[in-house]
Amino acid sequence: MERNMTRIALFAALIAALGLIPSLTLAFGVPITAQSMGVMLAGAILGAKRGALAVLLFMALVALGLPLLAGGRGGLGAFVAPTSGFFIGWPVAAFVTGLIVERWRSGPLALTVTLASVIGGIVVMYAFGIVGMSIALKKTLAECAALVTAFIPGDIIKAVLTGLITQALARSRPASILSRP
Amino acid sequence: MISLTSPVETWAHRIPAGVKLLALSALTVALFLTDRPGVLALALLAILALYLSAGLAFAGQGLRHLRMLWPFLLLIALWHGLTGQAQAGAAIALRLLAALALANFVTMTTRLTDMIAVLTWLLAPLRRLGLPTRTIELAIAMVLRFTPMLVENGQRLALSWRARSRKRPGWRIVVPMAALALDDADHVAEALRARGGILNDIPDGRD
Repeated sequence: MERNMTRIALFAALIAALGLIPSLTLAFGVPITAQSMGVMLAGAILGAKRGALAVLLFMALVALGLPLLAGGRGGLGAFVAPTSGFFIGWPVAAFVTGLIVERWRSGPLALTVTLASVIGGIVVMYAFGIVGMSIALKKTLAECAALVTAFIPGDIIKAVLTGLITQALARSRPASILSRP
Repeated sequence: MISLTSPVETWAHRIPAGVKLLALSALTVALFLTDRPGVLALALLAILALYLSAGLAFAGQGLRHLRMLWPFLLLIALWHGLTGQAQAGAAIALRLLAALALANFVTMTTRLTDMIAVLTWLLAPLRRLGLPTRTIELAIAMVLRFTPMLVENGQRLALSWRARSRKRPGWRIVVPMAALALDDADHVAEALRARGGILNDIPDGRD
């Protein structure tokens, strides 16, 4: 119990710390940060349930008014901006990533985690993000999808890195991969 | 850690946080229900008046928080300028500005302690169902303490990387950062257990 709780809190803090790594803001103000990699890592390492809880804890702190999002953003405004769909999709993204890593045991860890991160951290997260944008900007889903395609290559890199990082952690701290007990 | 609450004391700081959050929810829904640019422009003017009533320094700070919207405003201006649907475009742009400005206003005028009090109140029904909500409050405090610690760890790792390599420290630094974080999590868990664990609830008023 204590161990689960401290790990969940530590991963919420890790997502916050990754947001402080200097980021690149490409077109349309969607910042490319290491933060969404933190979401993938939370799911891949903690597993579906604990990963989603870590992300929810992080979101609660942002809602309380802490500037933990990349670029020092935060507060309730993080939930009503045109890009908020991505943010709202974070816990689901972490859950799906974790679920795939938990269930799919046959492949090599790095590859499994990379694919899980692509499905959870890209497919699921973009689904939420695109719906959110289409509500805020009153554009069709296809039009919004076209707007965000520029960010997919960066996120694929993050998914690959998540795979490599998880594999490295599995070697140095075998007991830490809670998604593969 | 510094919260986004404005250091400038305003009249809005004295309104209970719950009232502000309820009003924010209702008004945000209302903003999304109307498509008339006139109504939305009035709403934005009213929000601007709210900011100005709190002083120029406060309003300037609030304006800076809206800067993130400019790419979207530009996009809407181009799109609707080209398609000739100026009215629809104005409604979308005004709504984006109004919704974000209003949410930021509540964040800027509500202290972290007041927000945590609202969260505790919202969690009260869960407590009655037997869920350990103290765990959530403890976890929030832990994240606040751990975040600067992790950043410090990251900076120290980057320094030792630079001492050994000419290349910039890249993503590789996340591996030792996460490993250290996991070790720290285990140490804290052991310390908590040694002190009676988190489920050993202390009765109200004695902690």
